[in-house]
Amino acid sequence: MTVVERQEWDVVVVGAGGAGLRAAIEARERGARTAVICKSLFGKAHTVMAEGGIAAAMGNANPHDNWQVHFRDTMRGGKFLNQWRMAELHAREAPDRVWELETWGALFDRTKDGRISQRNFGGHEYPRLAHVGDRTGLELIRTLQQKVVALQQEDEKETGEYESRLKVFQECTVTRVLKERDRVSGVFAYERETGRFFVLEAPAVVIATGGIGKSFKVTSNSWEYTGDGHALALLAGAPLLNMEFVQFHPTGMVWPPSVKGILVTESVRGDGGVLRNSEDERFMFDYIPDVFKEKYAQSEEEADRWYDDPDNNRRPPELLPRDEVARAINAEVKAGRGSPHGGVFLDVSTRMPAEVIRRRLPSMYHQFKELADVDITAEPMEVGPTCHYVMGGIAVDSDTAAARGATGLYAAGEVAGGMHGSNRLGGNSLSDLLVFGRRAGLHAAEYATGLAERPLVDDIQVDTAAAEALRPFSAEGPAPGEDGEEQSHPPENPYTLHQELQQTMNDLVGIIRREPEMQQALKKLAELRVRARRAGVEGHRQFNPGWHLALDLRNMLLVSECVARAALERTESRGGHTREDYPTMDRAWRRINLLCRLTDPTGGLAATDPVRGQITLGRETTEPIRPDLLALFEKEELVKYLAEEELYE
Amino acid sequence: MSSYEARFQVWRGDVGGGGLEDFKVEVNDGEVVLDIIHRLQATQAPDLAVRWNCKAGKCGSCSAEINGRPRLMCMTRMSVFGRDETITVTPLRTFPVIRDLVTDVGFNYRKAREIPSFVPPPGLGPGEYRMQQEDVDRSQEFRKCIECFLCQNTCHVVRDHDENKQVFAGPRFLMRVAELDMHPLDAAQETGLDRKRTAQDDHGLGYCNITKCCTEVCPENIKITDNALIPLKERAIDRKYDPLVWLGSKISRRPPGG
Repeated sequence: MTVVERQEWDVVVVGAGGAGLRAAIEARERGARTAVICKSLFGKAHTVMAEGGIAAAMGNANPHDNWQVHFRDTMRGGKFLNQWRMAELHAREAPDRVWELETWGALFDRTKDGRISQRNFGGHEYPRLAHVGDRTGLELIRTLQQKVVALQQEDEKETGEYESRLKVFQECTVTRVLKERDRVSGVFAYERETGRFFVLEAPAVVIATGGIGKSFKVTSNSWEYTGDGHALALLAGAPLLNMEFVQFHPTGMVWPPSVKGILVTESVRGDGGVLRNSEDERFMFDYIPDVFKEKYAQSEEEADRWYDDPDNNRRPPELLPRDEVARAINAEVKAGRGSPHGGVFLDVSTRMPAEVIRRRLPSMYHQFKELADVDITAEPMEVGPTCHYVMGGIAVDSDTAAARGATGLYAAGEVAGGMHGSNRLGGNSLSDLLVFGRRAGLHAAEYATGLAERPLVDDIQVDTAAAEALRPFSAEGPAPGEDGEEQSHPPENPYTLHQELQQTMNDLVGIIRREPEMQQALKKLAELRVRARRAGVEGHRQFNPGWHLALDLRNMLLVSECVARAALERTESRGGHTREDYPTMDRAWRRINLLCRLTDPTGGLAATDPVRGQITLGRETTEPIRPDLLALFEKEELVKYLAEEELYE
Repeated sequence: MSSYEARFQVWRGDVGGGGLEDFKVEVNDGEVVLDIIHRLQATQAPDLAVRWNCKAGKCGSCSAEINGRPRLMCMTRMSVFGRDETITVTPLRTFPVIRDLVTDVGFNYRKAREIPSFVPPPGLGPGEYRMQQEDVDRSQEFRKCIECFLCQNTCHVVRDHDENKQVFAGPRFLMRVAELDMHPLDAAQETGLDRKRTAQDDHGLGYCNITKCCTEVCPENIKITDNALIPLKERAIDRKYDPLVWLGSKISRRPPGG
């Protein structure tokens, strides 16, 4: 038996981005002893990269705004596939979550009368995004980080120990959620610095690990986004919801190659930036879909008037939801009207004075200047779609954030599914983190502190997890003859496997999808799974990135298979899922959720058969939308989304 | 696109010691130093330890010394070096090495905890805060900080003087004191906490002799010395030595109308 250090906590939060930290703060304030585990240093989570803002209907910039309007926009953006109760809670609670940040020291940009300033963004009817220039995510993370420190200071005063009630285990990775029968009993983790294993025993685990973008080649996501939480949930018996919906942000950098995919914030368009093709046309006017025809300007003149007079003009089509803009850019490039490096032009230089650009978009100015040698106050940017966000995720209860299939497991933030339906609006991510991070922390704490008797950590599971984590050090190729080859192979290089996986997902399950390509992707994923079992590493366990990647591959392969299988199954186009062979939205599909479950949840190792794979797909009919929420929409709009029988129920 | 082969020297080792290791490695158009380190990992040294996250200059993880200069690897373009130049990458010198380019930056997290937090104004609930943009501008500049700790690394007060680490918070955290002190609604004063005085008495502001090294290495171009440290010093000194200020603080103001 492996000797592994164990500690007892009430709540363990996996991930220290916006959702994880908000959950941890709530759990600690509710009296639960709370541990946070994160792969990076404290304060470096991917949330820092969020630029535009936090969507919350505070009505500071336009008094007509309220939660009902925000709810409507969110449902429209998600093409009505959203778990509507989540969209409702999110719209209702977001303002309180933003205001609370101010009491913790956040400093948002201000309106003339001293309130929090709000900016326009794609798909939002009114200016709604609380922001700090274009570094809102950094402000959010730093505020939450400093709130954690403030709580630790309180604890130090009372107990003499900063970490007595709230501790951050930084640069540690969780590889397994442990269970006693159907109840969570803790997590198995390793310290990246030393490679040392440890177990945190806890009856409640909140998963807040973010997304999956590192399975794709062109992505705005950081290295941490390897789908860890999605995979941990699957392995713990919890299903994933609607994994086919992956958001390709329309504007990532396309040049130079080494920065391809890095995000160009939507605020560039919200503040007046326009998209043009190589023929100097503002092409977005040609791509306004029927469901949005009444809401968007039909001419450049009207669009330009909107910035100063939004009540009497319609919005520019550059501010359509992200899925629409990404598809439009893709189509322009394909039609041969792209920019020199395969994107389109995004221009602010002819729209605003240089000093306004530098003030409103400082980090974009900086980013293009330093990384691409482009002065955005003088010339247009070149941009194209980049894998940005996964709408699919762990299936959760709307009110409590509890995952299905594992008691004591909670999920919040990007890793949780449902909230955004088939497509997320910009700005709704940061508010999602806060609203559901808090809810997950609250319910996890209540559950943990209310338990009479705690589930026990099983030694055998700990040993199995340790063995699984150590395998890359003893990886060997198959014996001669075993795989039909005469010679044995050396162990596989995890970096090579990762690159092949990224290429596969990018090319075959990317922004535009076709059945034969997805079939091919599933075959390739099966092959990669077999090879990943032989992923080997050199060196020792101390801060060894090759080893870390070899372990992350398991998660990326699991999640990629979910995306590919669900995408193959859904024979329609909706939000972040576009099928060339089924190009339109099908109202019959609106009521269908696709759930991915692990085929062999007993802890057995990955199946290698490409047809059967590791994932079993199931369908579920969604709960009907509550009548008072449906009543917020005009009937003419609802008929575009809802099936006949839903309308007359 | 033009590629070439660059010569790199990367420090490899751990707490027990180490040294520079030579590499020859491909470089392509538009790449940054971090791309090259990643290429070394993928092709020649899979266990080369390096911290990084966003690769866009926003998270402040990939700090190192490149040709002796503290910089973010993700924001250092290869085109700033000559093609025949050997590029040396070493870990931050002020913090203990863990492995290769990764150092133990725990010093900074300990200092962060020693700075008293924001004190919310009593009587103002969530949603009731009102502040003018020009009043938050100053603190917002300091909140641009991505905590890359390059300023902490370069500051000569601690760079070669481990013994000062006990008493000196470093530019990043003195700037944090300034940020809170300039926050229009921070109510520390009302609770009897004088932030300027703590900067001087508890966080070693007096050690800073405004050589501006911190400002020079800041990837966010924050004017740490001019806008945070010098004003903090002036205000701290006003309080400490200015007899008029001292007198004013002892004599309570005449109550209005009385």
